[in-house]
Amino acid sequence: MVTEMDQNVNIDDVDTKMEKKSLIHCNDVNVFYDDKQALFNVDLNINEKEVTSLIGPSGCGKSTFIRCLNRMNDVIETCSFNGSIIINGQDIYDPEIDVVELRAKIGMVFQKPNPFPKSVFDNVAYGPKLHGRFLNKSDMNNKVEDSLIKAGLWDEIKDRLNEPGTALSGGQQQRLCIARAIAVDPEIILMDEPCSALDPIATARIEELIDELKVNYTIVIVTHSMQQAARVSQRTAFFHLGNLIEVGDTEKIFRSPDNEQTEAYVTGRYG
Amino acid sequence: MPNYHGLYSLLWSQLIPLLLLLIFIVIDASVKELLIFERLPESIILIGQDEINYSVNVIRDNIRNLDVLISLDILSIESANGLYNQYFLYRTLFLSIISLLSGALGFFAISRLNMRFDARRNVEKILRFIFFIFSTVAVLTTFGIILSLIFETLRFFSQVGFTEFMFGTHWSPQTAIREDQVGSSGSFGAIPIFTGTLLITFLAMIVAAPLGLYSAIYLSQYAKPSVRNYFKPMLEILAGIPTVVYGFFAALSVGPFIRSSGETLGLTVSTESALAAGLVMGIMIIPYVSSLSDDVMSAVPESLRDGSLALGATKSETIKKVIFPAALPGIVGAMLLAISRAIGETMIVVMAAGLAANLTANPLSAVTTVTVQIVTLLVGDQEFDSPKTLAAFALGLVLFFITLILNVIAMITVRRYRERYE
Amino acid sequence: MNDKALTLKRKFAETRFKIYGLASLFLAMVMLVVIISSMTYRSIPAFTNYGINLEIKLANEFIDKDDLDYRGIIRETIFSLDSECDDRKCRRSFSKLFSSGAAYDLRDALEEDESLYEKNFNFYILFSDDADLFYKFGIDKNLPENERRLNDQEILWLEGFQEKGLVEKKFSSNLFTNGDSREPEIAGVLGAVIGSMYTILITLIISFPTGVLAAIYLESFASKNRITDFIEVNINNLAAVPSIVFGLLGLALFINFFGMPRSAPLVGGCVLSLMTLPVIIIATRASLQSVPPSIREAALAMGASEMQVVFQHILPAALPGILTGTIIGLARAFGESAPLLLIGMVAFVVDIPQSVMDPATALPVQVYIWADSPERAFVAKTSAATLVLIFLLIIINLAAVILRKKYELKW
Repeated sequence: MVTEMDQNVNIDDVDTKMEKKSLIHCNDVNVFYDDKQALFNVDLNINEKEVTSLIGPSGCGKSTFIRCLNRMNDVIETCSFNGSIIINGQDIYDPEIDVVELRAKIGMVFQKPNPFPKSVFDNVAYGPKLHGRFLNKSDMNNKVEDSLIKAGLWDEIKDRLNEPGTALSGGQQQRLCIARAIAVDPEIILMDEPCSALDPIATARIEELIDELKVNYTIVIVTHSMQQAARVSQRTAFFHLGNLIEVGDTEKIFRSPDNEQTEAYVTGRYG
Repeated sequence: MPNYHGLYSLLWSQLIPLLLLLIFIVIDASVKELLIFERLPESIILIGQDEINYSVNVIRDNIRNLDVLISLDILSIESANGLYNQYFLYRTLFLSIISLLSGALGFFAISRLNMRFDARRNVEKILRFIFFIFSTVAVLTTFGIILSLIFETLRFFSQVGFTEFMFGTHWSPQTAIREDQVGSSGSFGAIPIFTGTLLITFLAMIVAAPLGLYSAIYLSQYAKPSVRNYFKPMLEILAGIPTVVYGFFAALSVGPFIRSSGETLGLTVSTESALAAGLVMGIMIIPYVSSLSDDVMSAVPESLRDGSLALGATKSETIKKVIFPAALPGIVGAMLLAISRAIGETMIVVMAAGLAANLTANPLSAVTTVTVQIVTLLVGDQEFDSPKTLAAFALGLVLFFITLILNVIAMITVRRYRERYE
Repeated sequence: MNDKALTLKRKFAETRFKIYGLASLFLAMVMLVVIISSMTYRSIPAFTNYGINLEIKLANEFIDKDDLDYRGIIRETIFSLDSECDDRKCRRSFSKLFSSGAAYDLRDALEEDESLYEKNFNFYILFSDDADLFYKFGIDKNLPENERRLNDQEILWLEGFQEKGLVEKKFSSNLFTNGDSREPEIAGVLGAVIGSMYTILITLIISFPTGVLAAIYLESFASKNRITDFIEVNINNLAAVPSIVFGLLGLALFINFFGMPRSAPLVGGCVLSLMTLPVIIIATRASLQSVPPSIREAALAMGASEMQVVFQHILPAALPGILTGTIIGLARAFGESAPLLLIGMVAFVVDIPQSVMDPATALPVQVYIWADSPERAFVAKTSAATLVLIFLLIIINLAAVILRKKYELKW
């Protein structure tokens, strides 16, 4: 189940990449916190069933951007949004859209693992139960097992399902959060610096996982580690001070970016 | 630096004398009474305790004035003279010792002063000691409470049995005031009082728990900051209204209202119903529940809230299934503190609830509580040794311990909860 | 259940939940408004009194200024109104319609203006509380005579005065200027307010220095050992002990053991200060903790001793917070009545207390006493007294808020 993280594979897949269609279209996205503008006229398309990474120095707006995609910014009082984000042909900021349903289709994994203070089983079952799925007990058991398998956590946890989620190690907690997100069968999974609180071994496991997941899910990942972006993603978008500077195939961005600023960042001259 | 030298001498010369002076003032009354009692003629003692008290008080108030003492015609002229002289001697001696001591200490202090003397350090040491004593006042108070309550309670239990008190179901504390008076011997079964307290507390919590909790949820999770900043203090005002005002309102408006409503429904309702007192007490307790619940719910990390919302939960689902369960220990602590407050409340029940020690669970009838009984037993003519007055102290001891236990459990629960999230 | 239906159900649950929250808050606020407006409404009659203007004829009589029968003069003046009375019982009934305080008012008026001894002048005589209530609220004539406060003859008289246009209604500030009285129409809260002031003064004098210095010790000088922990636990516990227990302590210790006088603000102050002490200690510690450590370090670096640092730098910086906490603690003590009941500040005290040793009562206790009294006229006075109490508390709390806003230093 492990795919080789080999740059060559990416080059050979150029043709298949051309066939990937856009799932998320972002047009002219502007975001403000009160009067302070955080994102300026961002146009970005995310392709389905691949990993897109958002990179850039601290404070460049990548977290703000990713939170727009599942409207988590609505939770922040001072935040206001301008522009359009279209997923599956629908503008998600349309007032008629039910945010709750939207978020059921888009999963999110946070920087610091945040399992609920409930049992492992209840953590994973939380989402499906909310949305009224798998009401049958054995169906639910299967779904939980399935999600934990997909998150690569099942083997370690299968006889500890009743332990509190908070009792696991950092890496396990984060995989639990991924399992929890998967359990609602989202189309898209958003990850906001999912590995920054983890040790290198746990990080490596998560990166493996991301590679497996991209077969079935569209993944957008924010990362401050360029090496990680280079390892896991197929497309990369570079943000700086709220502006989308350049977007393109990961290969290209890291080898021969068009923009000077991009080059300065990826070669480590600043950031 | 000169200030410290002066301060040093001042402290040394005045502190201990001042302390002695304080002791003198405090024991003055008891000393006088002792001296007087020795000289009280048989005739007065035979009349009875009341006469003794009256005589002792009247002599005590005039002990410094020989002429008045004699004119009182209670003591013989010889006794009066003797008393006057004795007290005068005692007083002069004591106060002289204090003054001399003051002088001697001052002299001693000044003799130590010289250029190399580190007055500042010495002064600070003394001051630090004084402050330490101040800080023990709280401990002294607690001990004072416990000791005085236990002391009087033990005296009570020497007259009324422990089992009768704790497990008896008949409360009727009328006792003969004077030996020649005929009266029913009192029964001191406190169960009806305890149940009365529980009933009213229960009614109060029925009002305060949901209203307080939901208000806290609304203010902390749904309300805009401007609304929250305005209404959170307004809720606190409910706690700031003096309890007499609540009691008056309950007795004047709520009691009669419940009574007449009950009557139109065909029920017999007392004007002093437990319901009236309980409802009004519930209103007073709302801020205790809401303020603490608000704090504990805000302490739940936002990441948990975000995690739930990101999975597509509504706000109410997030609160019900994630935030509230996570905050539960803290909320339980808040409820315990509120219950403790309700149990200890006095004025509302004194004014709105009754004196009838009914053993009942009917909120429409009149019941009495521990606090009401403490007040009733002590306000009015007091015979300080009768089981009636001592019963008040026994009740007070029970009250103190119950609220103490509740408070300690609550504080431990909340603290452990806070540690989990910090 | 299909998806759409479930989503709808969840939406409703969300709205319902939010409404519960809003309704709870609303209900609590409504109760607050109801209580205040009920008190206000019921207190209105306390501010007006009915009375009669009658002419007092002194000019023709021989006046011995030192031995004047004020009551007699009032009585004569009253009977200038035709009462058609023959026997004593009738005359007594007639006199009952007028306030017994009129004699004192006459004395005060004569003492103020000596020229009145020489002439005839108009004097406003208040009606007694029963008559006053009659004019304000009427009376149920259907009740049998012995169940009413006024019999038929008395009602006839009162109606007669009204028909002749003699009855006047005046704004009365009795509530604020008089001490307590058995007669509701002249009873006032002045004595109680002064008593409260004296009591709070004693509380302040005892608990403020003790509390602040104790807190300073615990915060800055005490070493972290078992003793200090024990002291802290005690302080936190005391803050939550029911107030009546402090009353019991006061009774057992101050009154019985120390022999202090009952009903004196001195004792009341001592008891309340034990109650306020933990509050002040906790507030002071919070204020001291909020002073940034950089100030302490800077002062130490200049060569100041620990004590000098505390008293010359940290304490002044923490002072606004300390004062705010103290004021709030005193406000709480101001509204307390239960402990004062036990130590005896519940006696009927008519004279305005002149010192902290005179027998006195406190305002909340005064409300309690009046609330207990059977005369219906006391309802209005009691309600008015609660308003005075609330008003004074508002002022005290406002002082705290203003102080905090003005002097709060933003770190």
